Amino acid sequence: MKTFKGRVITAGTVKAEALVSHGGLNTLASFQKALQFGDKKVTCGDQNNPDLYGKQMLDKALCLPQTIGSTTGGLVLYCACSMGRKPACMLFSQPIDSLAAAGAVLADVWLDDVNMPVVDSLGEEFLAYVKDGMTITVGEDGEVTVE
Amino acid sequence: MRLTEAQQKILDGGEGEVMAKVMKTLVRYGEIFGAEEMVPVTGKHNHLVTSFGLKALGPVYALMDQLIEAGAVSKQTFSADPRPLDKNVPSNFLQNFIFNHFMYSKQDFYEGQLKKLGLMDEDAFSCTCYMEEMDNRPQKGEILSWAESSAVVYANSVLGARCNRNSGIIDLMGSIVGYVPKFGFLTDEGRKADWIVEIKTTKKPEAQLLGSAIGMKVLEEVPYIKGLDQWLGNELDDAACTFLKDMGAATASNGAVGLYHVAGLTPEAVELGESLIKEDAKVYVIDDAELQRVYDSYPVIWKDKNAAPKLCFMGCPHMSLEQLKDWTDKVEAGLKAAGNAKVQIPTVFTAAPAVLNEFEKTPYAARLKATGVITSYICPLMYMNNPLAGKMPVITSSNKLRTYTTARYYTDDEILVQITKGGK
Repeated sequence: MKTFKGRVITAGTVKAEALVSHGGLNTLASFQKALQFGDKKVTCGDQNNPDLYGKQMLDKALCLPQTIGSTTGGLVLYCACSMGRKPACMLFSQPIDSLAAAGAVLADVWLDDVNMPVVDSLGEEFLAYVKDGMTITVGEDGEVTVE
Repeated sequence: MRLTEAQQKILDGGEGEVMAKVMKTLVRYGEIFGAEEMVPVTGKHNHLVTSFGLKALGPVYALMDQLIEAGAVSKQTFSADPRPLDKNVPSNFLQNFIFNHFMYSKQDFYEGQLKKLGLMDEDAFSCTCYMEEMDNRPQKGEILSWAESSAVVYANSVLGARCNRNSGIIDLMGSIVGYVPKFGFLTDEGRKADWIVEIKTTKKPEAQLLGSAIGMKVLEEVPYIKGLDQWLGNELDDAACTFLKDMGAATASNGAVGLYHVAGLTPEAVELGESLIKEDAKVYVIDDAELQRVYDSYPVIWKDKNAAPKLCFMGCPHMSLEQLKDWTDKVEAGLKAAGNAKVQIPTVFTAAPAVLNEFEKTPYAARLKATGVITSYICPLMYMNNPLAGKMPVITSSNKLRTYTTARYYTDDEILVQITKGGK
């Protein structure tokens, strides 16, 4: 078990199973299929992401360096939250990028009853340590426990 | 963050609850990146990334309705990315059914919302809104609230405007309140280069391949590119701007570059020179072997890797007027050399509506049409963004299209051979 401390982008607590992307997460490519064609398990549709392609993202603790790709990224994340097709939390090893930050803030300000804690700056060691299937606990203060 | 009295009034609800939420969104967004103040948007027009009435984006339309009902519309008029549909572009019955009934069934509705929010005009749809023909070309130093990665990187780098790599919705909100948080590319420090990229190729590099190499190396950081002026010259003429448009789009999509400087060419590099480079800047040398390595690294994700191409897209980002003319000459010459009258693969050249209108006024338009090439204002990416595309072998010289879809990348010369000789 290891504990990491990051910066809180949107606060909240959650316990969930880890799903890890070592490369940047392309938000549009990853979520579009799930939003468009009613995939309630939110299967990742990004063929260029070998870590996540074909895996279910719903209610997982999504561990990643940053998001990449189209500047629609923030609104796609907002839609995923609004439609209940979101990860349990998003945990960034690096400082959050402007697209993911936009999605997190939009969901937090404009949607009611959405709990998706977002923590960034957890460090490279976090992404090196965490593996798919491990149990993640996120605290209100940005403390992330991996076991 | 320190807010002015007027900004604080909006945040406190002085202009209504919805405007307060818009301001709260921008303040929170800025605070994440250390912004200490909000600054006025000074560009004449905005540019939005969302042009497509994708059925999946229902929550976005609901949010837009909230804004419209509250009168929280854009203080500036704006252009938007290209439309996702054009009946001129080849598509089969099944594709048409999916496009019109599943994917883009909200297109008309969404365009209605855009008009209410401040769309410039009915033809204001292109990722290259900065083309002179499109009337949305910011000036050096102007503060923007744009999205669309290829447009943002062009505005910052080639035009010297100041804009962060904003997400959709955030772009619109900036011009609703008329302020954006000051951080990143809006600051002098944020425009300094983290990388020196040295070009040491033996010939002019392919713009889309060079941009891809730079983007994948520097990711979201700022490169200062040396040695490119030997191939592009020291003047931002049509040829140089077209090269930088395509290179920049690849840096932004293969990485997340929002600003680059080219020594001796782009405005801030000309004005400030190497004082733009941070003391601890990293160095990346690009030679012929490095470009070949990058090219060879691209995966081919067609179901049948040896399939014959069924469609070719050129123009992601949209082509310039000079590019359309230049390619007309190239296609004609290629067909003549191959002994063919028409292109051997259905081929679509995409450009902004206003650029296509200008092109139609030239003799090149009839010549290009005679080769069988189709021109369109469509967004190739939105065309490809459907479940049938994976089964369709599409070729392109766009590294952005390659990155986001199943399209296969070829260099310009290779594309020319494919479409004129058909791989013979």
